[in-house]
Parts: sequence; C-alpha cells; structure tokens
Amino acid sequence: MTHDEILAGLRERFGPDSFATAEFRDNRRVIVPAERVHAVLAFLKGQCGFDMLAEMTAVDYLRYPNAKDRYGVVYCLLDTRAGTRLVVKTFVNDPEPVLPSAYPLWKAADWLEREVYDMYGIRFDGHPDLRRILMPEEFTAYPLRKDYPLRGKGERHNLPVLTRAEG
Amino acid sequence: MALRDFFVTTLDWAASLARKNSLWPMPFGTACCAIELMAAGASRHDIARFGAEAMRFSPRQCDLMIVAGRVVMKMVPVMQRIWLQMPEPKWCISMGACASSGGVFDTYCTVQGIDRFIPVDIYIPGCPPRPEQILQAIIDLQERIQKGGTLTGKEFAARTRPKNPAPLALEVLPADKMVAPGDFATATRLREGEKSP
Repeated sequence: MTHDEILAGLRERFGPDSFATAEFRDNRRVIVPAERVHAVLAFLKGQCGFDMLAEMTAVDYLRYPNAKDRYGVVYCLLDTRAGTRLVVKTFVNDPEPVLPSAYPLWKAADWLEREVYDMYGIRFDGHPDLRRILMPEEFTAYPLRKDYPLRGKGERHNLPVLTRAEG
Repeated sequence: MALRDFFVTTLDWAASLARKNSLWPMPFGTACCAIELMAAGASRHDIARFGAEAMRFSPRQCDLMIVAGRVVMKMVPVMQRIWLQMPEPKWCISMGACASSGGVFDTYCTVQGIDRFIPVDIYIPGCPPRPEQILQAIIDLQERIQKGGTLTGKEFAARTRPKNPAPLALEVLPADKMVAPGDFATATRLREGEKSP
C-alpha cells in the first residue's frame, strides 16, 4: 500500500479535515488530534498493514517558537511486508497529559510507553503496567521535560553514604 | 647458626607483603574504562606482572574493587552492595574521570564521583586512562599497603566516618540552575525563570 492510498483511506474513514499531513524527504507524517489517535492507529494497523510499532517517543515544545501545544507524541509505524513507513504525531497538554495506550494494538508499546511516561510524565490509559523503566522507582520528576534542570534537583547527591567504618 | 640464616621482621610487614603481591581485582566496569582495564589484563600490558591478574567476577573472592566507568544513581546501591560483599581487607580504585568526578556527564542521573558514596583509595585520571596508568595505580596501592598495612587490618577500623562529601568545585547553586536548551532559536541555555528574548 502506497502512502497516497493510505492517506486516501484515512480521509475516507475519518473525513478530509480530521488530520493534517507533513512531509520531509521520504518521511510522511500524519498529525491527528489526541482524541482520535487511537482510532487512527487501529485503522492503520487493521486496514493498512502497519504490523510493527518501530519507535515511539515524545517531544517537549516548551518555549519552542510558534508551538501551540506542550508535548508531541510520535509513533513511527512500519509495514514489514511492504517496507512502508509512516509517522503519526499527536499533541497533549498540561496539567493532565494523557493518551490511550497503543498496547492493545502492538505489544511493543509496553516498554516504549513506559519510557515516555518515565521521561515526560505522559500517562497512557489502558497500559497494563505503567511504571518507570529507566529512572529509579523513587524518582519523582520527569527529567526530559524542558523545565527540569539539566543537573537535576539534587537527586544525584541524595543517596546513602558508605564509609570504611561500615565495611 | 650463622647470622645470615634468619632475619627479623614484623607480622604486619609479612602480611602486607603477601597481600600487596596478590591483589584480586573485582572489575566493576560500567563503560569504556572497562575496555582499558581488559587491555591492562591482556598480554601486552600484563597486569600479572604485579600479581593482580586474578580477576574474579564474584566480589566474595576479591579484595580490590576497580570502578571503571560512569556510575548512575540507580547503580549506586548495586555498587555499595558489591563493596559490602567483599571480604576485608579490601581496597577501591576509582578509575577514570567519570568514576572519580562524573567527567563530562554533569547530568541529573550521573553520580559526581563515587567517593561520595563509597571509600576510595586510589584515583586514576584519564578519559579513559592508559593501561600503564592502571599499572601505576596498582604499584601505588602496593606501596600504600606495604607502608600502612597491619596484620589485623586495624588501619581500616581507625578510619572514622568522614564528613559529608565536600561540595564540588563547580557546584551549581539552586538559583543558578540551567534549563537546557533554553532558547531554540539561538540554541543558548537559559537560567531557570529567565525569559528568552
């Protein structure tokens, strides 16, 4: 299935104004609102053959020029039989950035969504086990948010000290 | 009995002689420094010349922990547990810039020097250090063991709890915290609270 057929299928199913598209070299993007992202992903998996969630990440657009929304969430889909790739992008905002989980569609979303949650604090409804994946469990901040200081807030010094006297 | 048939020494000296020439390193390698540590153990540099070739991956068999590489917050409890599992007498080498000071990784998750959390005897500078520097560190540690070592290991018991880790030379004040990147248009970093022009 070519990109043009996929976009035509999306227009037919969701309406012509329901999403925006962008293009950079051979990188095709579909930008959808957060409330429709799950339906679009389900359609792309079920009808367009995107059987693999290759990558998923987020972007914090705080202080980004001309940005309207705070967080962008990016899904990179791959059709492993045809080799087609498609990027689906959506936006969420504070104070409660939440998206429906893509875990029912692709099991790969399990750790990817945990990573996005760990680094940006975006929650995923319907995720089976939404815990931190990289940072320690007791960590409270979301370190890749742009308003989090590069050097942290002292967490890296706040650990127990072991001396010779203790062994 | 001729005079040359015996000599007089202390048990401390004999114990230190045995210990220093048979250091068993525990390679706590977390990054590229561990590659240089392997090179030090290989035939060209040959750490066996100094009696420290028996690297064991169980801390219970070792008496020298070589922390080679950057250590993150999540690794500190692991490192401390390994250190506690090693039998006395034991020593620690902090190998490379990252283990000694955090190196270039001045970020929220990287520990700025392992000596803030476990005792360290020898520091090796370098990024990563040459194998010769590791050998020099072994020689320095041997000298130190021979000079201060005791049979009962009372030189360790005498060490009291140190004061809190000294502040870093480049400690950032809370008011001075940088937000990175601050301004996307000019790619400059802003201080927290500062507005981009």
